[in-house]
This record gives sequence, structure tokens and C-alpha cells, in this order.
Amino acid sequence: MADEQRVVPEPAKAAFWRRPAVRSLFFQMLLIAGIVFFGYTIFQNTLHNMQQRGISTGFGFLNSEAGFGILMTLIPFDETYTYGRTFLVGLLNTLLVASLGIIFATIIGFIMGVSRLSRNWIISRLATVYIEVFRNIPLLLQIMFWYFAVLRPLPGPRQSMIFNDTLFLNNRGLYMPSPIYEQGFWLVVVALLVAIAAAVLVARWAHQRQEATGQPFHTVYAAIGLVLGLPLLTFLMMGSPLSWDMPVLQRFNMGGGMVVIPELAALLVALSIYTGTFIAEAVRSGILAVSHGQTEAAHALGLRPGPTLRLVIIPQALRVIIPQLTSQYLNLTKNSSLATAIGYPDLVAVFAGTTLNQTGQAVEVIAMTMAVYLAISLSISLFMNWYNKRIQLVER
Amino acid sequence: MKKIHVIASAVALTAVMSSNAFAGATLDGVKKKGFVQCGVSTGLPGFSSADEKGNWSGLDVDVCRAVAAAVFGDAGKVKYTPLTAKERFTALQSGEIDMLSRNTTWTLTRDSSLGLNFAGVNYYDGQGFMVTKKLGVKSALELDGASFCIQAGTTTELNLADYFRANDMSYTPVTFDSSDETVKAFDSGRCDALTSDQSQLYALRIKLGNPDGALVLPEVISKEPLGPVTAQGDEEWYKIVRWSLFAMLNAEELGVSSANVEQMMSSSDPNIRRLLGQEGIKGGGLGLADDWATNIIKQVGNYGEAFERNVGQGSALKIARGQNALWNKGGLQYAPPIR
Ligand SMILES: N[C@@H](CCC(=O)N[C@@H](CS)C(=O)NCC(=O)O)C(=O)O
Repeated sequence: MADEQRVVPEPAKAAFWRRPAVRSLFFQMLLIAGIVFFGYTIFQNTLHNMQQRGISTGFGFLNSEAGFGILMTLIPFDETYTYGRTFLVGLLNTLLVASLGIIFATIIGFIMGVSRLSRNWIISRLATVYIEVFRNIPLLLQIMFWYFAVLRPLPGPRQSMIFNDTLFLNNRGLYMPSPIYEQGFWLVVVALLVAIAAAVLVARWAHQRQEATGQPFHTVYAAIGLVLGLPLLTFLMMGSPLSWDMPVLQRFNMGGGMVVIPELAALLVALSIYTGTFIAEAVRSGILAVSHGQTEAAHALGLRPGPTLRLVIIPQALRVIIPQLTSQYLNLTKNSSLATAIGYPDLVAVFAGTTLNQTGQAVEVIAMTMAVYLAISLSISLFMNWYNKRIQLVER
Repeated sequence: MKKIHVIASAVALTAVMSSNAFAGATLDGVKKKGFVQCGVSTGLPGFSSADEKGNWSGLDVDVCRAVAAAVFGDAGKVKYTPLTAKERFTALQSGEIDMLSRNTTWTLTRDSSLGLNFAGVNYYDGQGFMVTKKLGVKSALELDGASFCIQAGTTTELNLADYFRANDMSYTPVTFDSSDETVKAFDSGRCDALTSDQSQLYALRIKLGNPDGALVLPEVISKEPLGPVTAQGDEEWYKIVRWSLFAMLNAEELGVSSANVEQMMSSSDPNIRRLLGQEGIKGGGLGLADDWATNIIKQVGNYGEAFERNVGQGSALKIARGQNALWNKGGLQYAPPIR
């Protein structure tokens, strides 16, 4: 060893424990161990303290009967179901309002963001007023406003506004016929799926042909025709396997049919309008970030303003918009928990509200609720990051 | 290196948290703070509500005041925490409040698995229904298919489900967090009926746009013994709260009131002499001064006075004593003797 060192004079290797890589690994492991220990201590402590104070712990309560009713449930539920089921009911209600809210807020946001940049003075002023007003009023106030604004002027069930003998609007909600699927309806569903697949193939073929030959194809019309036509044809061939359950007035409320409850409507309107303002601003900043030269170049090539926006500006703007959009989607989802103020039975109202209170198992219930919001948020983030990467790659 | 330092101190902090001694700590803490932190409702006229100046009053508030009078000799040494039904138990479990006096029903679940101790019953109640007169309903049994405005985290939610299940009827619950929203929604016609403990229906009716347009149905569908609550694990404090209530009841039974307590000081009745701390165990057993009960009677009054002033004939609610009369006057209110 000593000989070799003299032959090849290289700088003496630092002692094992003095190497930067080893050191940093060591300290990082120490840090992780510390955090794990910290978490474990808190967990043990909490358990110990709760036991000492006679507070029951564990997840056994999820299997006991809930014993209370819930206003709106997407899956069968009544007071004989378990607390575990109340978790599912609340979760689905949260997912419903969050996903509908994301769709509406995105539509409103894109329209308003583009409008604010419009050359039409009135349109751009209107968009500006919308954004400045609704962005600056606290969301909770807006929710309350829409709720009582929706509720107050509507008549009671016995004086319902009736449209076409099928839609009934009153202060208990908007009642409409609900479909009853009869034998053979599954074929219609299959036809729909086939049509969607076919539409995708057509779109691909049209795109390739346009790339190769420059010939455009009316993909949109073809797709609409397929997706509507094929299931409709199947439906008629199967002898219309569908009937309707009509809402009817009973002594106090409407019975039968489906209902959109005012709590859902108010929450959805408030969330979409509020979040729409932020999305509009994101869209505006995204469009402004695309250099004006792009527009001029597109115009020089003879593209009209519509296609310029659609084919040149928006795809480039999206790269700026998407990350901001992600955080707005996350905000909307988390804000949907304000539902509890107006009685919309979301996860926080049902599970972290009534269930927590009836069982007293705050730690378990809150842990589960937080885990859900974390999971939803992470899924949205992952999806949006994936989408973001995809459109980034298109860059040439 | 800084990171490690932070972790070390955090771990040290948890170690401190784990060694928190508990029994007897509440009284010491209260004395050190100089006031009792009492959880009450967010506003229920007659039971616990605040006026424009932020002064709280009500039958439940008087229990908080009685405890302060017993501990400090000053009924004013109370700070109030308004709590919705959902928030109340967590507030007590976490030590945010020293006691809860907020129309809370004593049930097995709450007593046995929430880490709570019920110190007694200051109001015997039962669940009822309020409807608009326009609805033309005379009995709860006619309410099949109706919608009900209720508050989340209450026994009300459970009783409602039980009642409709037992009578094979259907119903729609519309559940709110706070009583304000519940009342507003009922007022705007969102529900056909408002359901809660009957006493609270009378209290909430005052808050309606048109109180005379509403009617409380005769049915009482549950037992709701309402009383003050303390956190489990501190027997000493629990007993102070429990006997503060008992002192008010015993005072009424013995005819001692805020008006005559000075004359009663010279009474020769041994029961009264023990109540007023002139002989017998006095405040010793509870770790309180000898005049603990005297202070309660002087500053808060006996149970009957508190009842009439807050919810009875001296108030807007005009609730009759009924089940809340003393046991020897045909009611259920009964306190163990002071001796
Ligand atoms: N006794 C019931 C409580 C009932 C209850 O909270 N009632 C409502 C009436 S709608 C109330 O007092 N709300 C007052 C508030 O939330 O501040 C229980 O213990 O669960």
C-alpha cells in the first residue's frame, strides 16, 4: 500500500467519516430518524392521554350503526347504515361538488379571461368588473349570499314553478324525472362506448391526413354524429328501453324523480364564480405572456383571429396557465368544505361533523378526513403535472 | 446542525407534554388565571345569550356564575366561550374551557366514551317540533315525508331518526352547523319543521321573523336531561361544579334566596346553618371557603330565582316549572343534602 502511494501520487483520500457524501447521508438519516421518532412520540402520547381521560380510541366505531339521516346521498343510505358508510356518503358528495365546480370554474375562467383582453370595450369592462368584484369578497359570504338569495324568492313545494309538467322548482330544490333503465339498456351504453372509441380513431386519422396532405376534415361534426347517432340508433332498435320516474307533489315535499338541492346549487355557483375569477386572471396572464409577434406571424400567414387564438396563442399560453390552474383546482377542492355552513352534506359536514360529534373520536375522524383531502389534492397535482409535461413536450 | 437543534428541542417539548399531571389541576389553573372559562351556546335566549354589550345571561350561564361565586366569591369572574353543538366536546377535552354549560344532554355514549363527566341536571327537557301555523299540522305523527331543520352534532339528529323509524315514516333532515343558520333556513321555508329540545324551540321562536306564525307541537319524543359537564380525570373540579348546582337547588328547597340570605344567617334551622357554612363540613370537603354556598345564593340566587328570571315568568319565554319544579312540589329537581 505504502509503495503504491509513492508510485502514483494522488491526494490522500479523506477519512471515511469526513467524506461530504457520507456525512450528508448520515445527517439526512439522522434527520429522518428524528422526524419518525418525533411523530411516534406524539402518536403514543396522544393515545396515552386519551386513554387516561376516558376517551375511546380505535377504528371500531366505523362498523357501528350511525343512527342519523343525511340530506343527500349518492349511494343508498339511511340511519341503519354504519358510520363507515357516512364516510363514503360524505366523500362522494365532496367529490361531486369539487368536480362539477372545477368544470364550471374552468369554463367561466377561460371565457372571462379571454373576454378581459377583448378589443370590445363593453365585454372587456364587464369581465374586469366580474373579476374584481367576486375575487375580493370572502368566499363564505358569497356562499351564504347565494344560498339565501336562492332560497328566499322560491315558492314552497305546493306553489312550485312547473316547466313543461316535468321540471318543478321550489325552495326544496329543482325536481326532475329520473331515468329507470329497463332490460337491454346496457346495449345502448356499449354503443356509446364504441362510438367514443370510433370518434377517437377518426380524429387520429383526420389529424394524420391533415399532416400529410394538408386537407382538413370536419372532425368535430363527425365525432358528434357518431357519439349521438350510434347510441340513439341502438336505443330505437331495442325498443326504447327507458322510462321516467316523474316527481309528484306529496303532502309536504315532492316525491320521486331526482332533485338538485338548493345547498348544492348555491355552493356550486359560489365556488365556480369565485374560483373562476382566479382562473380568468391566470388565463389572461398566460395569453399576455405569449409574445405579440406570434399573433402578427399568424395573421401574416392568413389565419383569422379565432383560429389564431385557438391554434397559436392558447397552446403556448397553456404552459403558463396550467401550473396556476392546478393551484386553483386545489383551492376549490379545499374550499368546498365551507359547505358545512349551509348544510350541504360534504365530507366535513357529515363525517368530520356529525359522525365526529356522535362518536367523539376526533383524532381518528380528523386523520381520515385529512388523508382524504391530501389524497384528492395529490391526485389533482399528479394529473396536472402529467398534463403539463405533455404540453411542454410539444414545444419544438 | 441547526436542523438537529430544532428537532432536539421539539422532542424535549413532547417529553414535557407527556408528563402533564391532571387531577386537581383545574381548580389550581382556574385560581391562577383568576376566572372560570365556561363553554356556552352561541346564543339561545333564556339559557345562554349575550346582550349588545357582551354580557352573558341565562340559566346555563348562571351555573358558570355559581361556580365562580363558589371558587372566588365573585360570580363575575367568568369568561365565556360560545360553542356550537359540534365544537363543544372537543373544547372541553382539549382543555380550552374549564366547564361546559350549554344545554347538553346526558347520555351513556357521552358519559362513557367521550371523556366527560356530567355534573347534574339543571333542566329536564325533551325533544319537540315547531311548525308554521300555515302548515295546518296538529301532531308530529302527521309529519310523514316532511323536511326538518336540525343542528349537527346533537341528540336531536339521532332522536329524529329514531322517531321516524319507530313510526315507519320518512323524513328529510337538513343539517346546519349553527343555530342561526338553522333558524334562518326554517324561516325561509327550507324545511317544514324545526326540531330541537322543546325549551330551545321557545327560545328560538323569538328569533323568527314572525314568532306568532309558528307553533310548537304537543309531542315530546325523547328525554333530554341537560346539565353542566366537566372533563373526566379531575374529580375535585367535577365535584365543585356538581355541588354548586346542588347548592342552588338546596337553597330553593330551604327557602333561602338572594333576597333573604342576610336574615337567614341568623336562622336556627341546622339545615340552613350548614348550607350557609355556619356549622358542619362547610367548604372544607370541596377545598372551598366556608361561605361558598352563601356567595352563590347572594350573587346568583337559588335555582327557583334563576329559573323564573331566565326562562320563567320573569322572562320572555314564560316556561312553566313543570318537571323542573322541586321534587316536593311535583317536579324532578332533587339535590342530595348538604351535611
Ligand atoms: N340537547 C342537545 C343540544 C341541542 C342543541 O344544541 N340545540 C340547538 C338548538 S337548534 C342549540 O341550542 N343551538 C345553540 C347554538 O348552537 O349555539 C344535545 O345535547 O345534543
